[in-house]
Amino acid sequence: MANTYTLIEAKTLTTTTTSVTFSAIPQTYTDLKVVVSTRGSDSSPAGLLVTFNGTTTTYSHRYLLGDGASAASGTNAYSIGSASIYAGTSDGSSNTASTFSSHDIYIPNYTSSNYKSVSLDSVSENNATTAYPVLTAGLWSTVSAITSISLSFNSGNFVQYSTFYLYGISNS
Amino acid sequence: MPTKLIINCETGEQTEVELTAEEIAQREADAKAYEADKKTQEVIAASKAKAKAELLKKLGITEAEAELLNA
Repeated sequence: MANTYTLIEAKTLTTTTTSVTFSAIPQTYTDLKVVVSTRGSDSSPAGLLVTFNGTTTTYSHRYLLGDGASAASGTNAYSIGSASIYAGTSDGSSNTASTFSSHDIYIPNYTSSNYKSVSLDSVSENNATTAYPVLTAGLWSTVSAITSISLSFNSGNFVQYSTFYLYGISNS
Repeated sequence: MPTKLIINCETGEQTEVELTAEEIAQREADAKAYEADKKTQEVIAASKAKAKAELLKKLGITEAEAELLNA
């Protein structure tokens, strides 16, 4: 049971940015948590994608998604294949003005020499019928410790005021 | 020019780096591949819906009646 949360780094974007990477992550915590608030530059809602250590292979995921009209599930959101993990659908420029989507990414045992399981929980914000709550179970089938985390969209960029927080969690 | 932000958690240094031409090309290719895949899925879904409607018409039953057969 986690009993400590330590803020490692935080960033609020001051300009449009394609991707955000936390590098040189300390290897001294038990788990990591990334908390993100995003809005995309494209009019269509964009898929938020996560990669580790600069690699784009051996990822897999399964998601549950609602869109305000129906529920769905799948294993290849935004046709990303094994190149990244899907962390939910972000607000785009057609969503209600000044709204941002919320994404929580939890990475237990990020320094272990086993494959890395990831839990991802998100919801987009829209004062209309269509909004996307998404739950994703992700896996990175690599035994390396996680030293960097990158976030990007499948299409478009993060707009100004998108925020990115990285926490380290210790179990003692 | 699109940029990526790298935050070094050890030093706190934040660096904005312009994407390379290769990275830009990859992003554009990924976006095109997704759009193409999306269109393919839409065509498949429309084709299935059309085939289903034609079968129901041929059988002379409604969708609700067809669901009863599966219940």
